[in-house]
Amino acid sequence: MEKIRYERPFITKMNAGLMNKFGTKSVNEPVTHIESVSVRNLLSEYGSPLFVISERQIRRNFNNAQRIFKTRYPKVQFAWSYKTNYINAVCKIFHQEGSWAEVVSGFEYKKALGNGVPGNKIIFNGPDKKDEELIMAVKNNSLIHIDHYDELYTLIRLSEEHKLRPRVAIRVNMDTGIYPKWDRFGFNFENGQAWNALTRILNSENLDLVGIHCHIGTFMLAPEAYSIAARNLCELTWSVKERFGKMLQYIDLGGGFPSTNTLKGAYLPGTDTVPSIDQFADAITDVILGYGFHQEELPTLILESGRALIDDAGFLLGTVLATKRLSDGRRATIMDFGLNSLFTSLWYEHKISPAQKLGDQTEEMVMFGPLCMNIDVVRESITMPMLQKGDQVVVHKVGAYNMTQWMQFITLRPNVVLIDEENNTHIIRKAEDLRYIEELEQLPDHLQ
Amino acid sequence: MKVRKNIATSEEGFLFNPATGDSFSTNSIGAEILQLLKSDMPAMQIVEKICEKYDVDKSLFERDLEEFTLQLKDYNILE
Repeated sequence: MEKIRYERPFITKMNAGLMNKFGTKSVNEPVTHIESVSVRNLLSEYGSPLFVISERQIRRNFNNAQRIFKTRYPKVQFAWSYKTNYINAVCKIFHQEGSWAEVVSGFEYKKALGNGVPGNKIIFNGPDKKDEELIMAVKNNSLIHIDHYDELYTLIRLSEEHKLRPRVAIRVNMDTGIYPKWDRFGFNFENGQAWNALTRILNSENLDLVGIHCHIGTFMLAPEAYSIAARNLCELTWSVKERFGKMLQYIDLGGGFPSTNTLKGAYLPGTDTVPSIDQFADAITDVILGYGFHQEELPTLILESGRALIDDAGFLLGTVLATKRLSDGRRATIMDFGLNSLFTSLWYEHKISPAQKLGDQTEEMVMFGPLCMNIDVVRESITMPMLQKGDQVVVHKVGAYNMTQWMQFITLRPNVVLIDEENNTHIIRKAEDLRYIEELEQLPDHLQ
Repeated sequence: MKVRKNIATSEEGFLFNPATGDSFSTNSIGAEILQLLKSDMPAMQIVEKICEKYDVDKSLFERDLEEFTLQLKDYNILE
């Protein structure tokens, strides 16, 4: 006789409280496949945990964002934000689609060059640019976005010493009505610092001012903030044109568009509250188009979107290590991935789905990672079917920042697999091993 | 390990404690175990009976049963 599928016995006390007016939609549909590839097969072939990236979804996201902006504004250029995910295979997909590279360190700059991005299509942002990196970038004709006066004067000195003519922009910070105000990067708009910096550049003989840049924040939920930013950058561009007779080639609005992840503490899920890219595009392009520039002198609009283009193309697959009941009666599930690989669990209530059909009974649980650290919590409270050791899960929307901010801590970082458009799978970053970790260590003689 | 006399149980897994007014629900296997507990079946026999019927390792079910009975005690369903 065939045995019945087992489910752990479970009892729950019924509360006669107020109903949740939003209802309790079941979100526990199993996700057995990513694109058309079976989760079970992926885990058995590449090990657990495992990061999976969908090439098709990246291209879909990129083309969607590009279409949205290009149907509203004639000159649009995307630059892939390397820090969001700088695995070369991922960068190359964006570059194939026409993205430039946006980098914030010498390391990222060299990565972009290695990925075949021409120097004049690399935007060099950030507060940390060393002399030799600046010289390399200037010689490559890259766009250098100056962050502070020290960098401005360094660049003037280097251009004189080395007979160079850097193509530069300044990063501008401003009050767009959002909190926190990102005023630590760039030159302030309201107090006139930005205008002074522009004047200094325009009066220098060696620097070629070609654009203007801002990046007002991250995971921005207010499209209006981009209207304010675009207006301020247009004002500076207009002033440069009026007073110096020079039309800037581009306005770079940076990134900051959110993905549909749910931020911790949010009342409603991100899918219900996050504005669409169309709303951001309207906010930005309406301002620039309406500012009064002649059609032929309209600056190119550069966007450095990262998160919104990659987050939902990334998945983390994992396996239940154990379940237990905590002293207060709550169910605890221990997964084989934790805060070390899923860094974004500090910010998001990640959506997690079972990867196989389980019973209809659900229970609320704490989901812990495998680290021997109290802070290693993946979800403080999540309703899932009755998971047991060996069950597999899929964490959604993990493509942004995890594969750059992950930590080699206690456990090793896992394989990253790309599913291409024909549903073939490729390892694009191998799982770490002990040899890799110890390669850089050195033992002094007396400890040999 | 006995179910308190005053606890009302249904075959579908609904429990009611008239002394406190608390009500509970269990999944189907929980309801089945409660019926076995009510018939005073010893734990070892419950393990055998469930493992015969369901696709589960004995060692796993023993752990789950222990935890389930701890929960029942917490809720004052077991004596």
